[in-house]
Amino acid sequence: MPGASAAAQGRGIDPTSIAGKRFATRPHVPLVVVGAGPAGLAAALEAARLGIATLLVDENPVGAGLMGMDVPWHFGGRMDASVQNSGRLIERVAESRPDLAAAYELGIDVQLGVAAWGAFANGPTSASYARPIIGLADERRSWLQTFDCLIVAAGARDVPVAFPGWDKPGVMGARAFHALVSEYRAFSGRRLVVLGGGVVGIQAALAARRASLEVAGVIEVDAAPRAPAALLEQLRAEGVQLHLGQSVRALRGKAEVEGVVLADGAELSCDTVVVAVDVAPTIELLDVLGCACRYRAELGGYVPVVDEDGRTTRPEVFAAGDCAGVTDAALADPQRAAGAGRRAALAAAAVLGMLAPEQAASRIATLPPASRAAPADREGPRQRWLAAALAAGGDELVVCQCEDVRVRDLVGIRPPRYLKYAEAAFAGRNLHALAVDGPINQDQIKRLTRAGMGQCQGRRCRDQVQSLLAAHSNVSPGDIPLASYRAPVRPLPLGVLADRDEGPEMRDNWSAWFGIAAQWQPHWEKPSDDPAQILAPHYHLAEK
Amino acid sequence: MSSESALRPQPAPKGAAVVVVGGGVTGLSAAWWLAQAGVDVLVLEKGIVGWEASGRNGGGATHAVSPLFREEQRLWPMMDELLGYPTEYQPYRIRVALNESQLAQHRRMTQLAVSQGFETELLDPKALRELVPLVGDTVAGGIFCRYGGHANPQRTVQAYAWALQDRGGRIVQHAAVHDITLRNGRAVSVETSQGSFGCEALVLAAGPQTALLAGRLGVEVPIAPARAEMIVTEPVPVMRHGGVDGGGLYGRQTLRGNLAYGGGPHEWLEAQDLQPRRAATSPVMRSLARRMRDLFPKAAHVRVIRSWAGIVENTPDGRPILDRLKNPENVVIATMSSVGFGLSPASGRAIAQLAVDGRCNFADLRQLDLARFAGLAADWRERRGWVPWSPSGADNLMVES
Ligand SMILES: Cc1cc2nc3c(=O)[nH]c(=O)nc-3n(C[C@H](O)[C@H](O)[C@H](O)COP(=O)(O)OP(=O)(O)OC[C@H]3O[C@@H](n4cnc5c(N)ncnc54)[C@H](O)[C@@H]3O)c2cc1C
Repeated sequence: MPGASAAAQGRGIDPTSIAGKRFATRPHVPLVVVGAGPAGLAAALEAARLGIATLLVDENPVGAGLMGMDVPWHFGGRMDASVQNSGRLIERVAESRPDLAAAYELGIDVQLGVAAWGAFANGPTSASYARPIIGLADERRSWLQTFDCLIVAAGARDVPVAFPGWDKPGVMGARAFHALVSEYRAFSGRRLVVLGGGVVGIQAALAARRASLEVAGVIEVDAAPRAPAALLEQLRAEGVQLHLGQSVRALRGKAEVEGVVLADGAELSCDTVVVAVDVAPTIELLDVLGCACRYRAELGGYVPVVDEDGRTTRPEVFAAGDCAGVTDAALADPQRAAGAGRRAALAAAAVLGMLAPEQAASRIATLPPASRAAPADREGPRQRWLAAALAAGGDELVVCQCEDVRVRDLVGIRPPRYLKYAEAAFAGRNLHALAVDGPINQDQIKRLTRAGMGQCQGRRCRDQVQSLLAAHSNVSPGDIPLASYRAPVRPLPLGVLADRDEGPEMRDNWSAWFGIAAQWQPHWEKPSDDPAQILAPHYHLAEK
Repeated sequence: MSSESALRPQPAPKGAAVVVVGGGVTGLSAAWWLAQAGVDVLVLEKGIVGWEASGRNGGGATHAVSPLFREEQRLWPMMDELLGYPTEYQPYRIRVALNESQLAQHRRMTQLAVSQGFETELLDPKALRELVPLVGDTVAGGIFCRYGGHANPQRTVQAYAWALQDRGGRIVQHAAVHDITLRNGRAVSVETSQGSFGCEALVLAAGPQTALLAGRLGVEVPIAPARAEMIVTEPVPVMRHGGVDGGGLYGRQTLRGNLAYGGGPHEWLEAQDLQPRRAATSPVMRSLARRMRDLFPKAAHVRVIRSWAGIVENTPDGRPILDRLKNPENVVIATMSSVGFGLSPASGRAIAQLAVDGRCNFADLRQLDLARFAGLAADWRERRGWVPWSPSGADNLMVES
């Protein structure tokens, strides 16, 4: 019993605290890799070749329920019926990633359809873990997995861009489009308009053409194309028209997307709008773990602070691939992500004691170096798209779909509409006025306006809310602190998150609040510190 | 404590008659009551208002054990109007019992309020299911409390803050107080990261950091900080009364429909300094989810979308310290010992009176004085196990079945 040693030293133990509680975990593995994209697969293969027992998890194929909530990407309801058959989807995902076969052959424990929803390790406000833990789940249940090293290779996520009507089914994100078209082969649209004339947008248009879909046009807000000439040439060869200096003024269609009206009034009919202005690093787990993250406009937003080999500010945690920063060069060449994965695996091997640090370093030296090319500006285009959206949608533009928060609600820091409040009291209350009292914080604004508080966990709004907060408090987006990520970073049903293996220490000492007897005694009684009272049954359910 | 040298410049003029350290609900409410009374008041907050426990709690406002209970119950229904901003306050609580023994426990606890003249009503399973459709078919029953309630923590914090500004009070955020200057046995100014602020009276309502600040006065405030956490689901249809708890959980349904619940093990922490740190959540959330599923079996499919944690301080008997010191005699100590959100309308009023009149005229605060801890052993935290705990080896892990 863990408590016994403390008692033997003459110290008390608080039975209702975390002391002595045990968490049920799966058998320990030295290395967990999250994400079986190019970076994660390369990392797992490298580690396995070094004899490191490795667990490789990937949330693809994402369950139909989550897709319907636009998690983890903006699917926009464009899944076909085949997403109901998860067995078939797993096969398709495996086919789309040929290196998975090699991973199975090397004995890597590959788990598809398994999402990492949380990660827990000792830090400034917790000291109670014997080992770092990652929380995993499939559609039916969740479990905990201990590890010594973690490589996060979680890739990139969609960057939302609002425009009038963007809350209709049929508007989706580039990352979700890639999953449905190229990995799940489960896309239900036929004719699309792509927003974004950068690498992300043109890749989406080309992927659509490869899947024999019609592309009604690619729309770019800037007057000049942002993609390399070779990609533009491919687009031309496919006969897809690039509309420069344009944006979406309105959406056609009642229940679903039927077309778009461009700023110049031209209309394009389509059943799907793919928002492919940009993608951003997926840093959820890294932030949850407390790895330091910084805003780097040229890397697509908040990214973990890492060295060349992907070491984060936590010694046991590495980040590799797009989740450490998005660049056009890496988007165009998966080999770069693979190189980052291998470097992280070698560095992790040194931490795990499977390679001497010098050995790891000399092997890393033989790999192609990380790119040093100056990355392109990713913030400017996003801001110009947002400006165009504001020009078209004005104050009524919806910025947070889940909670129906409009631009005017956000800027005016208004409570949600279901609350009664005196409009007069709020007359002088807005972001400008709040900024006088101190820098604007997105988490504070979230709690007041609910922007980002919904069931998609802020995925469809966090970046544009950040930009709007910056614009209305006269700072740049990077001055708005990262809106915190919290576990579970995938919405999990209560019945799935529920711990089915809870130990007796937890069960028998559960208290609704601190088990301090006198706290729940009426004030007219003299406080008792009788230890027997502390666990008296009614304190377990103490009222608050 | 820095004693003033004759050569030092006078305290900066940017102070106020009453300076309140801490922009949580306790400090903000006290400052709001002072501003209402026309007192020149200033709140100093090391971060953003409500950034600590006050913006991260269960929102419960039902504290029959407290001498401030009656005032808590009197004030909450008026708070939206008094403050001028919505707090999302909703009256009443429903205690759900999953079995007969829980029902008996709820009866015992609610008896406390009944003995003070408040009303309850026993709910049979059918009546309970009508009010709380999410409970299961085997539920034992419940108790409807015609008292108590709940509000939205961050909204309430902001309402206090704005209301106090509307009445001429001031708030300086991002100003961490690290020292207090004494002259002739009185606190005359506080020293912060944004310079010195003069005061005629001082309120220390700094949550877990109250001990550190009182320490600068040579006064020992025995409190131990701990981390506690909650989880919240996606919205579900709004029930008639959102203040539903039981099954080892406390919490509420928000007016938007989200179910937000907490309970279970807390984690004791080292004494808190002024470093900002985000409190982490833990795998305890799986035990919370399990209990929520048991409390609301009809919501087993509802998705958890977030978790959060906050840091609260506890005194050795778990009861607040609301006390005007003898020396320096112009300082009020205010720590709510981990249960301070719901009581804040009343605690703030009491603190304002202590700061101005030296006594509270609507509640008997004698049990909440600091002197009751005079004989406390120096190692009281260790003796009770109210100290950080680390497992040795892998002994807090078990391989699941
Ligand atoms: C998970 C959880 C659930 C809870 N549920 C409930 C509930 O249902 N009902 C209930 O009544 N209570 C509940 N509580 C407790 C309640 O939140 C706290 O008791 C209450 O918020 C305390 O408010 P406070 O203003 O005294 O302290 P805090 O909220 O801690 O505020 C103190 C403030 O002082 C500031 N500060 C500290 N040091 C300095 C310094 N040196 N200079 C300047 N500023 C400083 C801090 O930044 C902070 O903002 C819960 C708490 C938690 C964590």
